Amino acid sequence: MNVLEVENVSAAYRKNTVLRDVSFTIKQGSLTGIVGPNGAGKSTLIKVLLNLHPQLTGKVLFFGSELKNVKRRIGYVPQRVSVDWDFPTDALDVVLMGMYGQIGWLKWPKKIHKEKALKALDIVGMKDFAHRQISELSGGQQQRVFLARALIQEADLYFMDEPLAGVDAATEKAIMHILRELKESGKTVLVVHHDLQTVEDYFDQVLFINRTVVAQGETEKIFTKENIAKTYGGNIRWLKEGVGFVNSPLQ
Amino acid sequence: MTYTGWILLTASLVGISCGIVGVLLILRRMAMMADAISHTVLLGIVTAYLLTQSLNGIHMVIGAAITGVLTAYFVQWLNTRGVQQDAAIGVVFTTLFALGVILIATKVGNVHLDVKHALMGEITFIPWDTIDVPIIGDVPIATLTLTFVLFLVLFVIVLFYKEWKITTFDPALAASIGIPVVVMHYLYMTVLSITTVAAFDAVGAIMVVAMLITPAAAAYLWTDRLFVMFVLSAIFGVFSAIGGYYFAVLIDTSISGSMAFATGVVFLISILFSPRHGLLSYWIRPIATK
Repeated sequence: MNVLEVENVSAAYRKNTVLRDVSFTIKQGSLTGIVGPNGAGKSTLIKVLLNLHPQLTGKVLFFGSELKNVKRRIGYVPQRVSVDWDFPTDALDVVLMGMYGQIGWLKWPKKIHKEKALKALDIVGMKDFAHRQISELSGGQQQRVFLARALIQEADLYFMDEPLAGVDAATEKAIMHILRELKESGKTVLVVHHDLQTVEDYFDQVLFINRTVVAQGETEKIFTKENIAKTYGGNIRWLKEGVGFVNSPLQ
Repeated sequence: MTYTGWILLTASLVGISCGIVGVLLILRRMAMMADAISHTVLLGIVTAYLLTQSLNGIHMVIGAAITGVLTAYFVQWLNTRGVQQDAAIGVVFTTLFALGVILIATKVGNVHLDVKHALMGEITFIPWDTIDVPIIGDVPIATLTLTFVLFLVLFVIVLFYKEWKITTFDPALAASIGIPVVVMHYLYMTVLSITTVAAFDAVGAIMVVAMLITPAAAAYLWTDRLFVMFVLSAIFGVFSAIGGYYFAVLIDTSISGSMAFATGVVFLISILFSPRHGLLSYWIRPIATK
């Protein structure tokens, strides 16, 4: 079953077109890595899909329906650097924000919401930091808090913008473990990812983006040196055994 | 109530309202919007006067609210057209303010409305301009207006407390879960404009800007909790109002000026002595944690 259908979507920043004719579908229960060079429009794609950035053309269907009908079923993890971590609040409070939509207008978070938030913090290994001011957390810890905030939304489809950027190895492992668990419980996860070396280990589906969809499908079949070269314009310095693609200026 | 009592009460009301509104201003990194709106509301006041031919408070408030929102809208519009945020604020605010000045000079003439009054304000005259309120008796109009404004501010902030928090901290997440970020932005701009114009008439534009920005900026240095920041900011506002008044009496100078200056002193003390961000705590901290 397709949980996401994207058809001919295009978008622009001022007059520069960043995305054109983007079409793809995502199956339920998949874990997709969105890869592409800097400026390829990966983050913009997510923002356009979620209506956070204007969409010029095209059609997007979530669970066969329009976004506004299914907002509750969609979770979003923005880039960690997109918020001000000096904001006067603690980790628990940030996680609670994930439930503000469910709590509804004119109501305050109750004890049950706090317990849920604590549980989510526990899952990401951050329970002991619940009352820590967020600026005192490391990059990896902040990312875990963001993940906990997404988990608490209990969405069916997750969009995560570079959740592994600038985190420590332990956090990377923990986050990937949680993402796999989400997938195994039937949730669908799309992750903007920048480290080509780990794509094969982490994702069962891959979506190559450079202004448009370059290739998409199962990682085993699609993650080839040809597709990588096509996406990155042959301009990569990246080494890995097996794929055997080397393009170093030293060569 | 005594003459001094009314002045202290009025200034304290300004301090609380501006202190609370200012917290979101600081956290949303829009401090310069306060400067802009405190000037552009002049255009709203003049336009309201020209349309209604009266200096009635409610017309002024509505006129100011409209220009305040217009200011925010124009800044946003220029910003999306590729003009830098600070340049956009500068362009919009000077143009609208200049328009207000031209209108005053050509159309309004000798009415109780002049640029100097608008900029500096004259809190000294407030206790003489009263209205008869049932039960309480004679109350200065400015004090009454500011009381209503304070209730409005408290109402809007408390009612949408969690929405303010999320749209300020992470607007992208807020929008993705269906909270109308843009509507909240303009609602905030409306509240900011109403607070500004009410305070403006009493204490002048300069003090409004000081009261909006400085106590909140100082409160930010003392706490890691949003709620505490609101409370501290309001307390700093009141403290500056009262401290400023007695300082002005002591050396016989401008009351509004002293109150604005007092906010600066509160900020200076905060940056020296606050536990987490203070310079003193930085100097005495063990070297390893620096």
